[in-house]
Amino acid sequence: MKRTQGEIEQSSRGIGRRSLVLGGLFVATGGVLAARMRYLQVERADDFRLLAEENRINIRLLPPARGLIFDRSGVLLAGNEQNYRITVVREDAGDVDAVLAELGRIVNLDLVALERAREEINRRPPFVPVTVADRLSWEELSSVAVNAPALPGVNPEVGLSRVYPMGADFAHVVGYVGPVSDYYLEQTGDTDPVLQIPDFQVGRYNVEARMEQTLRGSAGSRRVEVNAGGRVMRELDRDPAEPGSDVQLTIDAGLQNYVEARLTGESAGAVVMECDTGEVLAMASAPTFDPNLFVRGISTTQWRGLNEDPYRPLANKATQGLYPPGSTYKMIVALAALEAGVITPDETISCGGFVEVGNRRFHCWRRGGHGRMDMVQSLAESCDVYYYELAQRVGIEAISAMAVRLGCGVRHDLPLSGIAEGLAPTMEWKRVNRGADWVVGDTLNASIGQGYVLSSPLHLAVMTARIATGRAIAPTLVRSIDGLPEAATPAPDLGIDPAHLAVVHRGMWAVNNDRRGTAFGSRVMEDAYAFSGKTGTSQVRNITAAEREAGVIRNEDLPWERRDHALYVGYAPVEAPRYAVSVVVEHGGGGSAVAAPIARDILLRAQVGDVPPPELYPVGQRREIEEMHRRLPILPEPPQPTGREARRPGRDGRDRA
Amino acid sequence: MSFLEYNVKSTPTGWRKALHLNWALVLLLTAVASVGFLMLYSVAGGSMSPWAEPQMQRFGLGLVAMFVIAMVPVWFWRNMSGVAFGLSILLLLYVEFFGSVGMGAQRWIDLGFMRLQPSELTKITLVMILAAYYDWLDLDKVSRPLYVAIPVLLILVPTYLTLRQPDLGTALLLLMGGGAVMFIAGVHWAYFAAVIGAGVGAVSAVFASRGTSWQLLQDYQYRRIDTFLDPTSDPLGAGYHITQSQIALGSGGWTGRGFMQGTQSRLNFLPEKHTDFIFTTLAEEFGFVGAASLLVLYILILAFCIVTAVTARDRFSSLLVMGIAVAFFLYFAINMAMVMGLAPVVGVPLPLVSYGGSAMLVLMAAFGLVQSAHVHRPR
Repeated sequence: MKRTQGEIEQSSRGIGRRSLVLGGLFVATGGVLAARMRYLQVERADDFRLLAEENRINIRLLPPARGLIFDRSGVLLAGNEQNYRITVVREDAGDVDAVLAELGRIVNLDLVALERAREEINRRPPFVPVTVADRLSWEELSSVAVNAPALPGVNPEVGLSRVYPMGADFAHVVGYVGPVSDYYLEQTGDTDPVLQIPDFQVGRYNVEARMEQTLRGSAGSRRVEVNAGGRVMRELDRDPAEPGSDVQLTIDAGLQNYVEARLTGESAGAVVMECDTGEVLAMASAPTFDPNLFVRGISTTQWRGLNEDPYRPLANKATQGLYPPGSTYKMIVALAALEAGVITPDETISCGGFVEVGNRRFHCWRRGGHGRMDMVQSLAESCDVYYYELAQRVGIEAISAMAVRLGCGVRHDLPLSGIAEGLAPTMEWKRVNRGADWVVGDTLNASIGQGYVLSSPLHLAVMTARIATGRAIAPTLVRSIDGLPEAATPAPDLGIDPAHLAVVHRGMWAVNNDRRGTAFGSRVMEDAYAFSGKTGTSQVRNITAAEREAGVIRNEDLPWERRDHALYVGYAPVEAPRYAVSVVVEHGGGGSAVAAPIARDILLRAQVGDVPPPELYPVGQRREIEEMHRRLPILPEPPQPTGREARRPGRDGRDRA
Repeated sequence: MSFLEYNVKSTPTGWRKALHLNWALVLLLTAVASVGFLMLYSVAGGSMSPWAEPQMQRFGLGLVAMFVIAMVPVWFWRNMSGVAFGLSILLLLYVEFFGSVGMGAQRWIDLGFMRLQPSELTKITLVMILAAYYDWLDLDKVSRPLYVAIPVLLILVPTYLTLRQPDLGTALLLLMGGGAVMFIAGVHWAYFAAVIGAGVGAVSAVFASRGTSWQLLQDYQYRRIDTFLDPTSDPLGAGYHITQSQIALGSGGWTGRGFMQGTQSRLNFLPEKHTDFIFTTLAEEFGFVGAASLLVLYILILAFCIVTAVTARDRFSSLLVMGIAVAFFLYFAINMAMVMGLAPVVGVPLPLVSYGGSAMLVLMAAFGLVQSAHVHRPR
């Protein structure tokens, strides 16, 4: 149907009017766009042209200064130092080879590093600065700056680089930082823009790695305007970098240094904890390595040396090393048996040198046997037969439950790269993991800390602290972050009868202070510094019946890797325990001969606060001890707390020089 | 009832229709598209691949489509508008459930030789259905609430579907384009005033409440809005591109740095240099003269559309042509404002210049409709 002529007229008038309005809007918008174009392209053309000539407006990321790491009294463990370096930007340099050759005439360039830099320059985008020389002296840097006109694209820069003043002593606690690798980016999925900054370093090991987010801080940025020569004319604005948080550890640097020094020459791990708080005062793993090597870029030879050393310097034995705890496990068996009521402390068990269970003989370490033993004596003399009997009475489940209560076979969470869980085996565990039923021989082996039982020095230190206090002490490594103390909750009671603990304490006292104790040789002459403990020697090989017949081969006659592990756990002072220690010397031989003296020295050092004086030692040992203390790489003076500001060159990590 | 029942005998028939095409418009479209070919050749570093050659093929295809559509009487297109609109809604629903998700979450259907984005198609079919609706509607009913509600619904359904993709740019274009057709059709001023007033009110309420106890959004949402409105507040993110885009534009000066002489190598950081940011390259290489010329070409295309709209005496043709003109205008105005730092960055291409198949073909089809209205105008 057709519309009337009137309607058509009315419609087209309406549309015409409104179209005109829109047309006006089109023209007005076009005008605004043209005006903006004119403003940008005509009025400000010169400004923009200038900016366009060089890299124009530059946004530069400012790396944050990494948080510092201190020991419990403020001794600097990880700091930042000024690092003068030279970078080259490919697109500014033009002929890279010519520029590098010219640069080589002014400063000494390491040829290998130079070749690596050349490759990187060609691989990265043309505008990315690549470091060609690092750790230059101020004089070298100045001479490059003076010759700047002859060196296009070459920039002298001042950066911050990580430095570990205590060196090797803290490699296994503080760890180290390293460059951001593609592998790192892939592993962590970290997209922080900071990581794009050339030569930015991230934590790669231990506290540096596990507390990366705390220590890193966040990037700042600055926008700068540059002229045609690439010179920064002015800074438009600046958003300063947020430095990382400072971390204070619970470690005592002086003690740590002593412990690492005392372990020199061994392949060993040791942990010292404060009994009440669980604060780790020292955590050493020997041999160790200099973490500064990794910051500066370790050479292949050095790396191979560390990696192929049979003493495994790169492994943190204190937390990662798992060892059969040997006789140090006996307190657990004793407490489990007492709690189950299957024995009283005074009941005696006769040791004839071995027991027969099934068709197998289980030997005591003393071939002739110990005779009648009560619980205190069994600990003091470390009688194996006594514990074979106890284990049969109480069973593996109760033993392992007690082990877990005392902190063995569980993972203690510390900000370190490798922390082993250990193992307190149960019947169920063997069925699942070994596909075999638990047999009574397994229980007997476990009762003297052999067989499937595995613990790290950290486990043993926690166990010792828990036995010493009767409370569920948990280890901690971080004392405060940016001066704010980490929340500490008082450890709950373990619910072990104090009378049972008292029996075990007497036994552990007798180990060092009873003439028949296994570590009597490692006693302390001053009662105020006396300590309690337990030795352990764990086999790493089977002794065959034939060998036992012929006489067990002495450790000294075995190749190193087949010798027994030497262990010792202890605490001091005897009343009101304050320090708990564990020492494991891999293939060290016997616990009483090797591990106990180390533990004694460490406990004395902790209590005295300095290298222990010879008067505390038995007369016959004093000369030897003095001689040893002279020989060990102990710092002449305990390290002193450092001022915080002195170590912080600036808020921002790097600026153009 | 319709306004389209004028005397058919007076319109050209057969091949003679070709003589009555608006050839000036064809010339203008070809000129704009050629600017596009030139720039695509330049940003590819002086190479026909990967962008310039396919773009030329698509423009050729678009020209053919335009001629075919122009030959068909405009009343046929009016009768088809319901079907076309329904089809594009179905396609939108289809991609909602089965579509492929490409860059920036735009959804498309792979047709083999090109990727069809139903949201692009909808821009035109929405204009068609609205024009047909007002062609049918009696003039005195245009401003009655019920008859206003119907087109509002027709606009909101596809807007919602594109917003879900999520494609904010296209959703905004649909909303504004549809609103513009209602405006031209003569819906009372008060409706637009109310909608704009409500929008301004809501936005100012959101901002006024910031930092007060009755804050309407979360803090992080405000920060996102800040970054959206002022990219320079995020110098490491969106702001970096806008800053560099303005520098490239500005450094063009009066006459530009010359063809292929722009420092695109430095503009490698612009992720969309062949699509949304192509205007930057034009302005850098041909300066104010080049950029303003393109703007003039666009305005001329608009002018031809307005003339066609006003001379077509039936409501369908007028509204269709004006609707298409508005959609075209929104495209280039938003894109240019965006690269010149006058508007926040939303993904809107520069029409006929930016690389892209769907947008090019749909626009050429739309100009086919304009031509059809022009050929079949009463005289």
